[in-house]
Amino acid sequence: MGNVFVIAEQKDGHVKRVSLEILSELTRQGVAATAVVPGFGDLSKVTDNLVNHGAAKVVVLEHEALNQYNTEAYTNALHQYLSSQNPSVIVTGATSHGKDFLPRLAAKFTTGIAVDCTSFQLSGDKVSVRRPVYAGKCSKQVEFSGAPAIFSVRPNVLAVQTGSKSGSVEKVAANPGTVKAKIVSTVASQIKKVELTEADIIISGGRSLKSADNFKILADCAATVGAAVGASRAAVDAGYAPHDMQVGQTGKTVSPKLYIACGISGAIQHLAGMRTSKVIVAINKDPEAPIFQKADYGIVGDLFEVVPLLTEELKKLKSQS
Amino acid sequence: MNIIVLIKQVPDTETKVRITADKRGIETNDIKWVINPYDEFAIEEGLKTKERLKEGLVSVVTVGPDRTVEALRTAVAMGADNAIHVKTESVLDTYLVAKALAEVCKKENANIIFTGKQAIDDDQAATFGYVAELLQFPSASVVVKCDISPDKSKATVEQEGDGGAKNVIETSLPAVLAVNKGINTPRYASLPGIMKAKKKEIKTYTLTDLGLGAENSKTIDSDYQLPPERAAGKKLQGDASAQAKELVRLLREEAKVI
Repeated sequence: MGNVFVIAEQKDGHVKRVSLEILSELTRQGVAATAVVPGFGDLSKVTDNLVNHGAAKVVVLEHEALNQYNTEAYTNALHQYLSSQNPSVIVTGATSHGKDFLPRLAAKFTTGIAVDCTSFQLSGDKVSVRRPVYAGKCSKQVEFSGAPAIFSVRPNVLAVQTGSKSGSVEKVAANPGTVKAKIVSTVASQIKKVELTEADIIISGGRSLKSADNFKILADCAATVGAAVGASRAAVDAGYAPHDMQVGQTGKTVSPKLYIACGISGAIQHLAGMRTSKVIVAINKDPEAPIFQKADYGIVGDLFEVVPLLTEELKKLKSQS
Repeated sequence: MNIIVLIKQVPDTETKVRITADKRGIETNDIKWVINPYDEFAIEEGLKTKERLKEGLVSVVTVGPDRTVEALRTAVAMGADNAIHVKTESVLDTYLVAKALAEVCKKENANIIFTGKQAIDDDQAATFGYVAELLQFPSASVVVKCDISPDKSKATVEQEGDGGAKNVIETSLPAVLAVNKGINTPRYASLPGIMKAKKKEIKTYTLTDLGLGAENSKTIDSDYQLPPERAAGKKLQGDASAQAKELVRLLREEAKVI
């Protein structure tokens, strides 16, 4: 296996977990990798964390313009560095940033790309990945002709483990190149929301919630365990939730440890978005709802009764620990 | 102003996927083909842009076999002015499709390019980025609002960020914008529109016409597999209070997820 690079993502000095998940998997496969971090300023917490999780080497691509994420600046800086390193593999997390810059980077290398992979195998000189398609209704193996093999990994799928804890750290002056599109402002959400695609626990509501206000019942439950709140397409189309909360084939694909579906029937398109959840709980008045066929634990009952009780039980649990 | 919309024809979301014998794809004989839902938003945004600017032409482009012309005709029925078909019987990967689309955009002197954020069959969400880089245009993904400056030199767009945040991005034009659901409500094709679209002349290119005759895909697919079936689990007993208690206990002690 030639030179393997993990483009690590950091924000405000914290490494995104998916970057550690990728490094952990490379360690498990006995592959030495270099973590590349675009950024600026004191990133020692970031570099330490990367080394602790298996990075044999960390390279910080340093430039003031890389202090905030920017599509072109990141793409240009990464290409300028990586193209001088004879890369065999370039991998990053399939986060909003990863999905944004990686295709541009692949175009610069005139190579193919595999996005949102759930597994990868680097053995000898061979690189192969597996990724879900048709909204997860099936998956396929993808191999690459030519180098580098460029792919992104779905967050929350691979396990994190600490590594050898010995790796070198190097700073390289980066070149952000020409930038024609810039983020000029960011409006945070009214309510602090956990990002669905990276959440460990998700509580989702269907059209049975009957109103946007009623989603507060789910938000209260979510708050007890730091969960994100999702919604079915029916709930979004009825105006009970904004569509950035939609889970499903034309919404977000999520991969939490725990998915609690409240008043969701379990249409094929919704299942497509959450079927890889580790544990699925369904709460529904209708015992025949298809979701019970896929749920590990089912409660046939009225969500308006059950969810508040669940919230109380979770609060009790939290106060015990 | 040349408004280009890149669209893809995909299997309907209701499709029950069956894997071919050689495991290199899915069975396509019984499929109902539709315009990629995210590309419908892109077509609508192209049409709205023309209406707001009171000028310009909307051209839709697709890559694929003859059946994909249907998708072009539907877009024309919605109001698109031109339809361009890059005809190929082969299944091309993201890289090669993007190369073809970029060549068409060059020929059409694109001022702004809309496309859906991802295709719901291959789910790569990458075509927009490839096309933008190949054309050396700026790009923005997951766009939910687009305003073009009166002098048409730039666009201010809203991008969905993480956790419900919204980024306001200013970009020079030309640019490639990958749109998300929520940017607009796609119009229905009118009956007169549908009738007119049936007779619309489609501009057709082959990969060779675009200088890509010798190019190949850069990724190779194989071993399509169905996901492991999830078995139905257990239904909890008792009244709501008992069920809630038992659920928390099971999630803690058995599933170990809380």
